[in-house]
Formats: sequence, C-alpha cells, structure tokens
Amino acid sequence: MNLLVSVLFLPLAAFFLALFIPRSSPHGSRMWALVASLLTFVTSLGLLGWFDRSAGGEQLAIDVPWIASPEIHFAISVNGVSLWLVLLCTFLTPICVLISWNYIKDRAKEFYAFLLLLEFGLTGVFLAQDLFLFYVFWEVSLVPMYFLVGIWGHDRRIYAAVKFFLYTFAGSVLMLAAIIYLYNKTSTFSYPAIIDMLSSGKLTFGATEQMVLFLAFFIAFAIKVPLFPLHTWLPDAHVEAPSAGSVMLASVMLKMGTYGILHFCLPMFPSAARTCAPWIAVLAIIGIIYGALVAMVQPNMKKLVAYSSVSHLGFVVLGIFTFTQQGLDGAVYQMLNHGISTGALFAIVGLLYERRHSLDIVDYGGVATAAPWLSTLFLVTTLASIGLPTLNNFVGEFLVLQGTALANFTWTVYASIGVILSACYMLWLYQRVFYGEVKDEVRAHVPDLNLREYAAIVPLVLMMVWMGVYSQSFLPPVGQNTARIIQQTNVNVPYRVQIAPPLSGTEVARAR
Amino acid sequence: MPVSPVFYPQDAVRFLPEIILTVAGTLLMVLDPILRKRTSAVFGHLSLVALLAALAGSLYANGSGGPAFGGMLNVDAFATFFRVVVIVVGILTVLPSYRFLARQDAETSEFHALLLFSIAGQCLMAASNDLIMVFIGLEISSIASYVLAGYLRDDKRANEAALKYFLLGSFATGFFLYGVALIYGATGSVNLTVVRTAILHGASDPIFLGVAAALMFVGLAFKVSAAPFQIWAPDVYQGAPTPVSAFLSAGPKAAAFAVFLRIFMTAFQPIGSRWEPLVWGVALASMCVGNFAALWQTNIKRMLAYSSIAHAGYVLVALAANSDTGTAAAMFYLASYACMNIGAFSCVAYLSGKGERYQSIEDFKGLGRRQPLAAAMFTIFLFSLIGVPLTGGFFGKFYIFKAALESRLVWLTVLGLLNSAVAAYYYLRILVMMYMHEPTEAAESAEPLSPSVRVALILPALATLVLGIFPTWVVEFAGKSAALVK
Repeated sequence: MNLLVSVLFLPLAAFFLALFIPRSSPHGSRMWALVASLLTFVTSLGLLGWFDRSAGGEQLAIDVPWIASPEIHFAISVNGVSLWLVLLCTFLTPICVLISWNYIKDRAKEFYAFLLLLEFGLTGVFLAQDLFLFYVFWEVSLVPMYFLVGIWGHDRRIYAAVKFFLYTFAGSVLMLAAIIYLYNKTSTFSYPAIIDMLSSGKLTFGATEQMVLFLAFFIAFAIKVPLFPLHTWLPDAHVEAPSAGSVMLASVMLKMGTYGILHFCLPMFPSAARTCAPWIAVLAIIGIIYGALVAMVQPNMKKLVAYSSVSHLGFVVLGIFTFTQQGLDGAVYQMLNHGISTGALFAIVGLLYERRHSLDIVDYGGVATAAPWLSTLFLVTTLASIGLPTLNNFVGEFLVLQGTALANFTWTVYASIGVILSACYMLWLYQRVFYGEVKDEVRAHVPDLNLREYAAIVPLVLMMVWMGVYSQSFLPPVGQNTARIIQQTNVNVPYRVQIAPPLSGTEVARAR
Repeated sequence: MPVSPVFYPQDAVRFLPEIILTVAGTLLMVLDPILRKRTSAVFGHLSLVALLAALAGSLYANGSGGPAFGGMLNVDAFATFFRVVVIVVGILTVLPSYRFLARQDAETSEFHALLLFSIAGQCLMAASNDLIMVFIGLEISSIASYVLAGYLRDDKRANEAALKYFLLGSFATGFFLYGVALIYGATGSVNLTVVRTAILHGASDPIFLGVAAALMFVGLAFKVSAAPFQIWAPDVYQGAPTPVSAFLSAGPKAAAFAVFLRIFMTAFQPIGSRWEPLVWGVALASMCVGNFAALWQTNIKRMLAYSSIAHAGYVLVALAANSDTGTAAAMFYLASYACMNIGAFSCVAYLSGKGERYQSIEDFKGLGRRQPLAAAMFTIFLFSLIGVPLTGGFFGKFYIFKAALESRLVWLTVLGLLNSAVAAYYYLRILVMMYMHEPTEAAESAEPLSPSVRVALILPALATLVLGIFPTWVVEFAGKSAALVK
C-alpha cells in the first residue's frame, strides 16, 4: 500500500477504534492515542526514505476516482514542503498526547479521539492535490479543533471556539465559490492539471477574474495564517484552548494558511499575487510589529505567546511575497521553526499552568529555583524563538530578511524591528517568570519535570538545535519545491518581476 | 389531449404506491377498534410495513415506467426519485413517533392513517403531469397534514398551528387553482406537455400567461415556505407535535418542490427569462429571512423552522439556475435535506419529554454527557445543515452553487454562501449547549434510547454521511431524471 495513504489514514482508523474504548477507562484512551500517534509518526518517518530528494516535485502520488459527477478524485501526493509539514504534524501529535496526560481528566475518550481526527484532517490538508479534496480536509480539520477548544478550554472557551469556527468558515465559503468557478471553467478539480493548463497557456484568466479568484483564496488563507487585521480570532482561540489544542493550533493549523498561499495562490494566480504583493507585505510588516508590541504588554503568558505567533507568521507571509528563492525558503523554514518553538512554548506554559493553575505572569517568579530543568528548557526555547544563531528561528528569519532585502530594502528595515522586539518581550517574560524572588506558591506547587514531560519537551528542544545547526538536512527539498513555485509564478506574467540578480550557488550555500 | 376512458393494467402498476398507501391508511382506520385492545405500537408497525411496501411498489413502478391514465400521470425517474424521498420521509417520521406518541398518551391509528394519506398525496404530486392531478395531490397531502398539525387536540399551540396552517394553506391552494384556471383559459389544456407546446408556439397571450405563472408561483412558494410567504412556518412548526413538524418540513416540501420543478421546467421553461429574476429574488429573500431570523430564536423548533425557510432558499437557487444541473442539484439537496432535517427534529422529539416541555435550545445543555449517542447523531445533522464536508448537506450545497455558477449567477452564489456562514452560528449554538455546558433538568431526565429511537436517529445519520461521502449513485440518478423533465 502507498505509504502516504497509510500516514493519512492511520489516524482516522485510530479515531474510529478510539470511539470503541469504554468511557470508564480514560487510561486506555490515553495509551491508545499515544500508541497510535507514535505509530503514525514512525510510519511518516518512512516518507523520508521514500521521498526522492534528487527528483523533487510531487511524489508518491496516488489518484483514485472518488465521485463520478462532478469528477472528483482522491488525489494526494507529497512535495518538498508538505513533506516537512506532515512530519511536523505527526511529530507533534504524540507530544500533545503526552502533555495532556494528566491535564485532561474529563471526557478523556472524546479528547483523544478528537486529537486523532485533527491529525487526520491536518495531514490531509497538506497532501491533497484535488481542490475539492483540499476543501474537504480544510473544513474537516475545523470540527475537532472546535470541540477541543470549546469543551476542554479555559473560561471563555465557548466564545473562542465559536469565533474560531465562524471566522474560518466564513473565509472558506468564498474559497469554495472560487473552487467551483475554477471547475466550471476547466472541468477539473485536479490541481496539477490546472497548473499544467496554466503553464501551457490552455487556461488564462482575465485581470479582474484572476484578482477576484486570488482574493477568494487568499482571504480564506489569510484568516487562517492569520494576517493582520484578520488575526482577532487567534488570541482568543490560543488562550482558551487546552495546551494540546494551542500546540496543534499554533504549530500546525496556522501553517494550513501559509501552505495554502504558497501552494495554491502563487502558482495559480501569479500576476494577481504580484500586484497585491506590496499591500500584503505591508500588512505582514504591520502584523510583525503590532504582534510584537501587543505581546510585550500582555499580563497572560499564553496571550503573549499567541501574539508572538502573529508576529512570527508575519515573517512567513512577508517571505512568501518577496518572490525570491531566499524569501520562500525562509518562509517555509520559518513555518517549521514556528511549529517547533511555539509548540514548545505553549507546551511548557501548559505544564506551568498544570502546576500553578494560573496563566498570569504576576503569579510566578523564581521558577528557575524551584524547577531548574523546566526553566533551562524554556530558556532554550525562548532563545530559539527570538532567533539566536545556532537555533532554528535564526536561519528562517535570516533567509526571510535576506529575501526581503532583495525585493525591497525598506521592508527589511521595518521587519527587523520585529526581531528586536521579540527579544524584548520574550526575555522580559523569562525574567519575570523564572527569575526574581521565589514565591511561596511557586515553591510549593511547581516541581521539576517528570519523565513523561521530559519525553514531551526534550525532542522539541533537540529539533531546535538540529534545525539551527544543520539546516542542510531540511532545506534542499524545500528549495527544490520553492524554486518550482517561483518558476510557476513567472508563467504568463505580463510584466517585469524580479529585481534581484540571481545569486551564485556558493553564496546561497553560505547564506544557509 | 383527451383523457382516454380505457383502463390499462399497467396504469395500476404505475399507480401502485398510491394504491398501497391509501388502502393501508383506510385499513388502519377500519381495524382500529380491533387492534386497539392489543398493543398500541401495532399501528406503527402496520404503517411501517405499508410504507416499505409502497417503497418497493414505487421502485417496481419505475421498472415499468411511462405515462398512466391517459397522460395524467407520468411515472418517470423524476417521479420515482421524489416518491422514494417522501416515502423515506414517512418511514423516518414513524420511527421516532413510537416513543413520542406513547409519551403523550396519544397512540391512535388516526395519526398513522393521516400520515399515509398525506404521503399518498405527495406521491401523486411527484408523479402527476397534469395540473388537475397536481391539485388533487396537493389537496390530499395538505388536508391530511392540517389535521396532523392539530393532532394533539388538547394542546392549545397545536390547535393554533393547525388553524393557521389550514387558513394560509387554503389561500395558497386557492392561488394555485386560480393559476391553473388561467392556464386552461390561455392554452386550452391542463396537461403540462400540451401547455409547453402551446407556449412554445406562442399561441397564448403573454400577459395572461405571466399572471397565471405568477399565481402558481405564489401558491407553491407558500407550500415550500419561501419568503415572503413564509410567515406560517415558524408558528406551525413550533405548535405541531414534533414528529409532525419533522414531516411537514421535509415531506410536503419535497413534494411541492417536485411540482415546482415539474411545472417550471416543463410547462414554463420556454418563458424562463421572465421568471428567473423572480426566483432569484425569492431565493435570496428566503435565505436571508430564514438565517437572520433563526439567529434570535430560543425555541429550537422555531429555530429549525427558520432554518428550513433558509434551506428552501438554497433549493430555489438551484431553480433559478434553470438548467438540468440545477434540477438535479435541487433533487439531491431535497433528498439530503430530508435526511438531516428529519434527523434533527427526531432528536428534538426524543428530548422534548412529556407534553413537549423541553423545547428551548437551553434544554440541550449537557446532552453530550448524558446521552452521547443521541448528541453525536444530532451533531452529524447539525454539521450537515451547516454544510461541513463529508455530509449530504455539504455536497448538496456544493452541487447547487455549482449549478448556479454554471448559469452565471455569481452574486446569488456569493450571497448564498455567505448566508450559509451566518447560518453556522445558530447551529453551532446547539452544539455549544450539548457539549460545552453542564447537564440541566432536560438532559438529566432524558429517557434511555429505546430501539425505535435509536434506529430513528442512526438511520438518517448514516444516510446523511453516505450522501456526503459516496453521493455518486444518487447524483447520477438525479442527473438522469432531471434530463427527463421537459
């Protein structure tokens, strides 16, 4: 059987089996979720072996007719970008199970079942090559997340869950209209076929037509990213979600938006994308600075991390709309980095909450004395998040800024402010929570990590170091795929596009 | 076309479902005194058997399809599709009504007999190719449903519902009949095929014809509860016993849409450019009125009533497309709408308790904790009503808006899709109640799921999922029969 099919359907099968575990045995649900998600992760590691790095392009494709009329196929394949995003998803799911182990006591069966369903939906979004199928996964992933936030979240969980659902749903109905329009025009939902038609000139869009279609897709994605000013659902959802929900939401779900922009918007509607690029870049920069400034004044740790996500995702969008190799590579790398480091931040904040039952920064102080290892791991994550060299975010931010500099140097200047601000708010957070006088409640209630928690956090920290020191393990497939995307954006574009002189190979290698 | 007085045996075969249902309904009433002494569930069993027989009968009739009774009926795939839909609606109404009627101490044969008569009328509507037959079917169906709405005699609300339904329904039928009379005057026939030919040859006065079409449109718009003729729906759905509301929201609606499609796609198709803008406006108005009014409701039956107005709007979008794809989309949507809406009402019927005490949305609090299966099934219906993929509701909507875009109704599509995003809010509210709140009295006192309720919930849920995941067969059947309606 095709490996991709196994990776995709293992979580779904596990979800159905999880429904049959008796409600009286929450431990059974936990164990089952852990075993199933680890199994999925190991299976997905097989993708690394099967993915042919020298070939690039879409691989391990499978295409089965699903619905005859209108012709809809179950078509999935993996490329250099989605490969890493799928791995990120399968890697984080067992971690989410581990950090929820003791925290989720109420309705554990449903919780773990939804987590597995979420993994299925998210993996599917990254793999789908049929526009209809993509939309199906896009919406399906919404349902478990809605329940995760709404049932197991904090005080304002209902408001957050409904807002999250409605925002995404409202954005995506217009994408559905655009998908149907494309079908009526091309009589296919197959994404590769549409790209073929575009590059061979069989399919062309008028200027207005292309702009409307681009916006229909882009707004759906921009809400998910979220791009300023469509970000208002994010702080609510992230703060109210249980830790596992926050991790999946921030680390994987937001990437659905950026991946969508990269994979669908750019190649299908290149000239509209280029026309809008300056505006979008400005919004991204506003997001970077605004997110950082708002993060700085947050009294709530989760809210701080949530706003830092707005800022970080601004870098990703900025990188994509530079239309340079470095910018796109950096954007993709930054998606993965953000997944790892913000995932770790949310996970550790969740562990603190489990101990002290508070997310307010003022309730903490001197945690480093009480829980030295927890603090050390949080420090590494903090440093990674602010982009310290040898840790992962540095590579991504550097590439994005380099790409931005090639496209428009002014943007780089403003975007760099975001890097400085991120150091401010993260270090200040660290100082207030971990240093200073040890509060009595902290001393009494915050023990250091136990074995299970090490098992959840240490892999994340190891990944930060690996991705920071040896990005070469990850970037080549990404580069191949982004090069292909850039090439597609140059098809049928009526006007000049690229200012930057092509860099020589050695320079690019050095930059990485 | 003169009606032939000769009776052919195959006419009876083509008329089989109606015969079975009428005979079974009459038998039920006659046997009432004998059967009542035993167990009262026997009425339900009998009507289930009758409905299954009618289902088999309509499939058999399809095998030897064709015109019957001198062209007054036309038993084609289109007719079979809607016959099957309304009969399935009947089955899905009987199943939850076992427990519901027992709880209200109102198990009689009349309920089932009226239900069967109403379905017989709807089957007739689906198959008729003649305006007089349409009218007769409409009356059989409507009169039985007026009585059904007031079935709980001692309930004031049910009486109000029945009276309102009767008065406004009679007006609607009156409008329709006026239209039929004008058509007869203009074209000299009530047979749809003949009327179409007459219109095509321009033999009639266009103003006369326009007025006739408008009157029939108004009459049918009343029956499908499209805005601005929707005012009766919320009161009737709220007041009627819940299984009856479920039935009213699906059965008569599907049959009325069958007539709608048959008349407008056959007889009035040549003057399509004249009625398309009208349908466009009514579709948009229904979606907006239904969805925005539903946002403020606190009574779940009322909310579902407004939601059904909105869903009528979606089907009218398909009609506005005025194409074969549009007809097929409308058919598919009505089939999946029947499953999900009856399922939703069945959940309400299950929870409502004796005397239908619990009908507030708040009463669903904590149902997910106390009755996980019922809540899970309700979740499937609600996601289908929202239009989340892998459910019949989504695929139906997708198909409708695909048809609309093919006919270049871009604005209607955009506004319709945005409407469905608005709708998500009020459906989500029920999910919030079921899963994100602690149980209150209603959920605590919900009785354990009896086997009949279990089937009544699981069956439509499975159908909803199958229509969403493997729609091919139904879509193809709808597509084929849509091409026949001309």
